Amino acid sequence: MSEPIKYITRIGEKYAALNYGTYKWAHVGEPPPWQPLEKPLSECRLGLIASGGIYVAGQQAFHYKDDTSFRVIPMDVNTSHLRATHFAYDLTNARNDPNVVFPIDTLRSLADNGVIGELTDNAYTFMGGIYSSRRVREELAPEVTQYLIEDQVDVALLVPV
Amino acid sequence: MCHQSVGLIAREIEGAGISTLCMASALDIMEAANPPRIAFLDYPLGHTTGKPNEPELQTDILTQALTVLTALDTPGTVTLPFKWTEDEAWKETAERGPDERLPRYETPQYQSKADRLLAETNNPSCAVCVETSPPA
Repeated sequence: MSEPIKYITRIGEKYAALNYGTYKWAHVGEPPPWQPLEKPLSECRLGLIASGGIYVAGQQAFHYKDDTSFRVIPMDVNTSHLRATHFAYDLTNARNDPNVVFPIDTLRSLADNGVIGELTDNAYTFMGGIYSSRRVREELAPEVTQYLIEDQVDVALLVPV
Repeated sequence: MCHQSVGLIAREIEGAGISTLCMASALDIMEAANPPRIAFLDYPLGHTTGKPNEPELQTDILTQALTVLTALDTPGTVTLPFKWTEDEAWKETAERGPDERLPRYETPQYQSKADRLLAETNNPSCAVCVETSPPA
């Protein structure tokens, strides 16, 4: 298998060539917290967080200027009612089959088959193209975490784009 | 930025005592944010959990990804054994073309006009939107 793309380098080169400013990516040196899974996945309650700009028809869509709000998506949502909006990736396939960035049918099938114990009542979605990593840390992360605590999840699956 | 945002959120969630698993396609961006567990799927951006309309493949990918939750005893990354195409030609052009991003509009950007009308008619206050605000 070939090497992973070095996106930080490649994106930096691309925008330097267009005379854009340099983006300062978050490089977190401090080791991450660590919470071992304390029971088999087949007994766990799982929550889903996805950043691909997914919303349900009837909900307000995301805007593209550091939108740190999120949407509450019922896990039993009709997949055909899901929509995708984002300024920075090709939405064609996500709009054709949201499971490529929001694995809702996949998770429901894994829960039905007992691979996962159960799913929470709701998933949480946002539009992850937020330039301010400070606002992600100070606004979005604590709020989403609070929802997951209230949902009493054992494990959170996070899907970026 | 999506990967960065997700990696940073995973750290916060794990810090609250909840095990997390981050999917990733932009591995370097995700690793820079340094979340606890990463399942790397080497696909073009916009396909973090599989190819469209291939539910069996999507299930296979997610099933293997979820094993990372128990496979790792310390923070790290597991590369999932899937290729987008055999020749991986997509890697040559990814993020090398013109700037294809949309402008950073400050108003909601609906997939369709019908969505906008539905949202504005049925849900003017957006009861399901959770607005976050800076800590006091």
